[in-house]
Amino acid sequence: MSVRQQVLMLWLASPSLEAHVLGWSFFDGTSGTGPQPATDPPYPTGVAALVDGWRLLQMSPMIPPTSGHEREPSFLKHEFVFERLID
Amino acid sequence: METSTLLTTDQVASFVARGFLTLEAVVPEAINARAMEQLPGLFRGWLDEFTGVAPGASDGELLSQRPPRSGTTLHDAYAADSPFGAMVRVPAVAGAIRSLVGDRPVVDHHFVHIKTAGDLHAQGLHCDAIIDEGLAFDIQLFWFPHDVAPGEGGTRFVPGSHLRRVNMDDVARYQHLSGEQYFTGPAGTVVIFHQGLWHAGAPNHGTKDRVMGKLRLNPTQPQLRLWDTSDLAARNRGDDHMFARMEPGSVAAALRRSEPWYEPSTHRLETVQRARLWRHLTGDDGFDVDWYLTRTERRAALSTP
Repeated sequence: MSVRQQVLMLWLASPSLEAHVLGWSFFDGTSGTGPQPATDPPYPTGVAALVDGWRLLQMSPMIPPTSGHEREPSFLKHEFVFERLID
Repeated sequence: METSTLLTTDQVASFVARGFLTLEAVVPEAINARAMEQLPGLFRGWLDEFTGVAPGASDGELLSQRPPRSGTTLHDAYAADSPFGAMVRVPAVAGAIRSLVGDRPVVDHHFVHIKTAGDLHAQGLHCDAIIDEGLAFDIQLFWFPHDVAPGEGGTRFVPGSHLRRVNMDDVARYQHLSGEQYFTGPAGTVVIFHQGLWHAGAPNHGTKDRVMGKLRLNPTQPQLRLWDTSDLAARNRGDDHMFARMEPGSVAAALRRSEPWYEPSTHRLETVQRARLWRHLTGDDGFDVDWYLTRTERRAALSTP
């Protein structure tokens, strides 16, 4: 079997990776044969995921609010995407 | 309808803050039992029609169970002895409907959701219909006519998500959010959702099919002070401020509530949206929570040419 990707998404309380986790998702390229999240949430902060070996792929850009809609909440703002490769 | 019990200010404030209201075990057993006999058939009837196997003209029973057309006045939409007709006439349910969307709402649609035993599919998080504008809102009644234990397919929902502007399943990416809930409760419980509340069908690890009747209602009148407002005036201060003076029991205290999945910065914007909705429901343009609206409105008045 080739190397497969696991993706972990964390939504944090602020733009800092040190902020605590508000939500998370896990997408598993190993179809369950690789290591799985053991707790809910799997990490207390974004940095804790780094410490455990996850590689940061992407973080939410800091986009100024749209004029006239500055006060309208929508999606969670601070999204961090990590990957782990399983051989 | 015939009789009703209006909601209290506390209940409506909680609905504005969290986007849902639970009426636990309010529907009598006899009505729930009728629902368990008939609702699965309504689902199958819809499925047949959707897939092109429409009921024949001679099938009077199925035809009589066909759903009302969208826009039918609730009072005229269901026979009093039908499951949905009996449910909406339960005084606690009728009072909640009247308190939120008035005494002459129309049916948008109803649907019967069945999560069969052993169906472990987790539906993606979504809100119904499309992205909405404005402050007026529909309500959706989620009626569980049988007990739902943890893990038995009770609807997943996210308290406080109703005022976030998103479109349908654009939030399906969120598998786990702190503070989300999965419905559990006794038979006859009706959970009323604001139209925008994020929710999803949940896996059913149990041994019984989970049956839920959902009914969406549209208001046809301004949603202005429709509940029991006898205690409103004394609690509706516009100067309740968490860094200045806070009044115990104020509406602002209820609307200030955060949810575990909120970013602290967005929580403040949620507070603003709730205050705007509360102004809409009360007609009180001076109402505020933590002075967010007032200070900016006063500044804007100073800078207007």
